[in-house]
Amino acid sequence: MSDLEAIKQAVIKGKRKDIAGLVQVAIDAGADPQEIINGYMIEAMKEVGARFEAKKIFVPEMMIAARTMQSGVDVIKPLIAAGDEIKKIGTVVMGTVFGDLHDIGKNLVVLLLESSGFEVINIGENVTSEDFVEKARELKADVVGMSSLLTTGDPHLKSTIEAFKKSDLNGKVKLVCGGAAVTKKFAVDECGADGYATDAVDAVRVMKQLLEIAA
Amino acid sequence: METKISSLTKEVIIGPDHPVVIIGERINPTGRKKLARSLEQGDLSLLQQEALRQVAAGAQVLDVNVGISGGDESALMIQAIKAISDVTDVPLCIDSAKPEVLAAGLSVYKGKALVNSANGEESKIKEVLPIVARYKAAVVCLTMDDKGIPSDVPTRMKIGDTIVNEATKLGIPLEDIIIDPLAMSVSADDRAGLSALKALAEIKKNLGVNQTIGASNVSFGLPDRAFVNGVFLAMAIMKGLTCPITDPTNWTIRETLLLTDLMLGKDEFSMNFISGYRDQHPEED
Repeated sequence: MSDLEAIKQAVIKGKRKDIAGLVQVAIDAGADPQEIINGYMIEAMKEVGARFEAKKIFVPEMMIAARTMQSGVDVIKPLIAAGDEIKKIGTVVMGTVFGDLHDIGKNLVVLLLESSGFEVINIGENVTSEDFVEKARELKADVVGMSSLLTTGDPHLKSTIEAFKKSDLNGKVKLVCGGAAVTKKFAVDECGADGYATDAVDAVRVMKQLLEIAA
Repeated sequence: METKISSLTKEVIIGPDHPVVIIGERINPTGRKKLARSLEQGDLSLLQQEALRQVAAGAQVLDVNVGISGGDESALMIQAIKAISDVTDVPLCIDSAKPEVLAAGLSVYKGKALVNSANGEESKIKEVLPIVARYKAAVVCLTMDDKGIPSDVPTRMKIGDTIVNEATKLGIPLEDIIIDPLAMSVSADDRAGLSALKALAEIKKNLGVNQTIGASNVSFGLPDRAFVNGVFLAMAIMKGLTCPITDPTNWTIRETLLLTDLMLGKDEFSMNFISGYRDQHPEED
């Protein structure tokens, strides 16, 4: 197995203790830091996502894989020349709608988006529609992800989407909804969201589609 | 401490010296597409079937949640309570995040209902507890507040104390408060199970109230979920859980609960366990 393939396998298997050493070996051998991330770590997480969807692995395994990748990225970060940042494929602002404090599902989405190459800003739970819009503007978001786990979240989901439509960001930022209480019918057909995702893996796919990024 | 809830013709007693009371969780459209669709179409037959299935599987109380996207939840709650009462006499647990839906349900309910739920959030204390007091119902109180869901035990205790104090001011007796110390998923935090068990023990020691827990949360994201839930439930009962909200139609869970009763001396001559087992294995008769 090549050094780089070993990195990919370490991320897939969640070998947190091995990853830093493996990355160091690859870099010492002359590997390109960007290529390690884009060509191997992100590829590894795609594989992890596919296995999760196929129910071959479970949530903790997906989390540990994402953390392993993070540990690897931490080694690489200082090596990337100043001004030449790690390339991101898009910026996502993620939050749970007003009146709802659920965070587990949303945090999983954040983790998976980050390990797919997105810049993600987690703005927490119980987020008002004003805050969603303000943060999206301030952070120049490409996509805003809204999580809602309670049926009481419906009016808040709707008003948040309306707030975006009425703002200067209308049409500039893609709106994606998800969570146990949300249906595609409600979010997309009734409220006018750009996308709906059934789980964390689907969220990555939907956001990439909306931004026309190859899967 | 004993919590009594009732329908017109049946009383259920929840308490540490009684067998575990299963609150059936299946009447809830969140994440159950078929039930959600039937409710959207105003068809209550599936809801009635779910009620009967759970009662046959040993549910002594039925949780009723009819929160669907975009529907008139109050009207639906009233219809649901009537439809369920037509087919079974087990007491009901009226479940909604909206205070007005709880009030609508209580206004037509005959007997002493359980209300699911209040919590430490300012708005819930102000809106839900007075409704509970007015209808002299019992209430499930979650140990979360405006700051979120605490993962530590002392914050859960503090929220529990606050709710009890506020409820007492409104004349709700301590025995009508059932605390849910909120079990989080062990897949996201591997100490979440331990933390919930410690919270159950602390609340039992300090407040002595009955406790429920939505056990299915514990196993989110893991394989073999029923077994994960079952092990957690058995341990939680030792720490103070008296009325879990769970799925009795799942035999792994029901068997665990029957055996827990048996091991704690609450099943004379093992008859509940044996008859439950026989229901599951009719061919061996």
